Amino acid sequence: MALLEVQDLKTYFRTDDGIVKAVDGVSFNLEKGKTLGIVGESGSGKSVTCLTIMGLNNRRNTITSGRAMFKDHDLIAMSPRRLRDIRGNDIAMIFQDPMTSLNPVHTIGRQLVEAILLHRDVTKAQARARALEMLKAVGIPRAERRIDDYPHQFSGGMRQRVMIAMALVNNPDLLIADEPTTALDVTTQAQILSLMHKLQEEFGSAIIMITHDLGVVAEIADDVVVMYAAEVVEKAPVGRLFERPHMPYTWGLLGSLPRLDATVERLVQIQGQPPSMLNPPRGCRFHPRCPYVMNICKTDDPPLRPVPDEPEHLDACHLDQETKDREAKKLLETMRGAAA
Amino acid sequence: MSAQAALADEPLSVPAGDDFLVVDDLKKHFPVTRGIIFQKQIAAVKAVDGVTFSVREGETLGVVGESGCGKSTMARCIMRLLEPTSGRIVFRGRDITNLTRAEMRPVRREMMMIFQDPYASLNGRKRVGFIVAEALEVHKLGTPAEVKRRVQELLEIVGLNPEHYNRFPHEFSGGQRQRIGVARALAVNPKLIVCDEPVSALDVSVQAQILNLLKDLQKEFGLTYVFIAHDLNVVRHISDRVMVMYLGHAVEVANRDDLYEQPRHPYSGALLSAVPIPDPEKGRARRQVVLEGDVPNPINPPSACWFHPRCPRFVEGHCDVDTPELYPFGDGHVAACHYPLERWPMTMEEMARHGTPVDHPGE
Repeated sequence: MALLEVQDLKTYFRTDDGIVKAVDGVSFNLEKGKTLGIVGESGSGKSVTCLTIMGLNNRRNTITSGRAMFKDHDLIAMSPRRLRDIRGNDIAMIFQDPMTSLNPVHTIGRQLVEAILLHRDVTKAQARARALEMLKAVGIPRAERRIDDYPHQFSGGMRQRVMIAMALVNNPDLLIADEPTTALDVTTQAQILSLMHKLQEEFGSAIIMITHDLGVVAEIADDVVVMYAAEVVEKAPVGRLFERPHMPYTWGLLGSLPRLDATVERLVQIQGQPPSMLNPPRGCRFHPRCPYVMNICKTDDPPLRPVPDEPEHLDACHLDQETKDREAKKLLETMRGAAA
Repeated sequence: MSAQAALADEPLSVPAGDDFLVVDDLKKHFPVTRGIIFQKQIAAVKAVDGVTFSVREGETLGVVGESGCGKSTMARCIMRLLEPTSGRIVFRGRDITNLTRAEMRPVRREMMMIFQDPYASLNGRKRVGFIVAEALEVHKLGTPAEVKRRVQELLEIVGLNPEHYNRFPHEFSGGQRQRIGVARALAVNPKLIVCDEPVSALDVSVQAQILNLLKDLQKEFGLTYVFIAHDLNVVRHISDRVMVMYLGHAVEVANRDDLYEQPRHPYSGALLSAVPIPDPEKGRARRQVVLEGDVPNPINPPSACWFHPRCPRFVEGHCDVDTPELYPFGDGHVAACHYPLERWPMTMEEMARHGTPVDHPGE
């Protein structure tokens, strides 16, 4: 039994212009202690997927269906009250921008203590001791003094550490990190990623890592879900995805990355723009931008199917197996060849 | 680096390759004041504190560094959008540091800038045609009909539909807006374009489109770029030479391949090893140097070598007393470190073992 099983999750938003299908039939599983990377461009629905799991969408204009089974309970069907008990306790979330996700008028100590007192039956002093312990665990220097500082007295990287401390303060089973390092410099990003890795080993939390950076995914994830236009288009163990990617969109993503370990004269570009989710293209949603487009792609939406020899690897594409293997090999050879 | 040509006020006919743009000991200090009526200066933020480099015609100089290292301030000083505190900027053989606004105007035709945020750098109340044409009108280049034709031509060059000159910026996506920014910069046929993080706000697929466009334009129009970015992958892709900045100083300048294959400054090494590699096998096997702490406050920077509080190679009594100069390592490669890296890659432990000091460096 997986820790989290998401099945056919759909999130539609009612807007003045019509219904926006932000998430349209997403399924994945996450085992205990593992890391799942969700990659995709802005607007692909990766954040909304996680907000839906956490029940953080505005209920008034959202239509949700599907299931998200967390330890045998369906998070989607759960009452808001029950969900509040789980949020911050069993499931915690880290957001992209540490500047706006901390309350500027309270000390970080007070914010951490509040998170503990909400879910644990402990005294204030015990909660404060626990908060201090977590601040030390995430590597805040002189934590005894800094616990009474305000968020503005911390740098961006330190604030993100405080956010991580707050997320982990109740030992959650699942940590959802929404682009936790996007706003940070590379050196700070390296610090935060290695910290998350260390804490995962220590506390055994499962992590969902949302990012647009394939480099970050390669560093930290066990499994990867690639999203495009509200759908999952490819899903595979991390080694397999980078070794034998199967979907033209994934090829485009990999090819469009300038990288340190390879020199190419021109980057592969994915033509055009991501589609509007008010009116997504018929058939395969990637077909207007796909260089391999066939007639069937314009009419039939390809289902997410396992690859014949590898049940863990799923892709949604009409291309035949042979072409996929050949093109994936070609792409990797150009990238590797350039590296040599 | 001295630019003899700079002494003359008149532009020289053909500047020698290296002297296309020379920045000499550029400093920009922002005052920190106290009091409301009698503002007393109590300190200075040393945003740029003595940067010297030159750019050759037709090349791309990449500038990397963490946020707050003075990259953007430096770019604005080069464009004279900010007045430098001291130092000299010599553009095509002419010292432009102290030119008046009127004297500056013809020079501005030759240097243009592309900004980071494609949402904030275009006036939302003006039509795209006006935004792109504004520079042409300021410099009085052509009749209205000619200007319109030129605008449509520019939109076509950057890959937009020329029919869209009547639209407003909000009708375009982020990538398309950045193309408008590029068209605006190209309007007056500049020689130099300073790009300040032009792709950081864009998605990877769109980023690739803009990077390819910038490369194509450089080839077609013989442009020279100063390309500022914090993403080392992007800088590697587009640059011929790279300058690494830390806390308002240039700590290393080298040809692209030299810098990425054999960095000399420990900071450059740490930056390189922090970049995630999109290849799980390679990425997880590599040796990583994770720097401790944050960039120090530029109001009160560390003594001597600016990097010494975070440096794994720090030698007490030397690095915190004696400021390193930019020592040469051959082929224009310079690095400001007393104990440069002997090889690359290195682990944290290998780096921490102290190297040999450079007394008589280079070839």
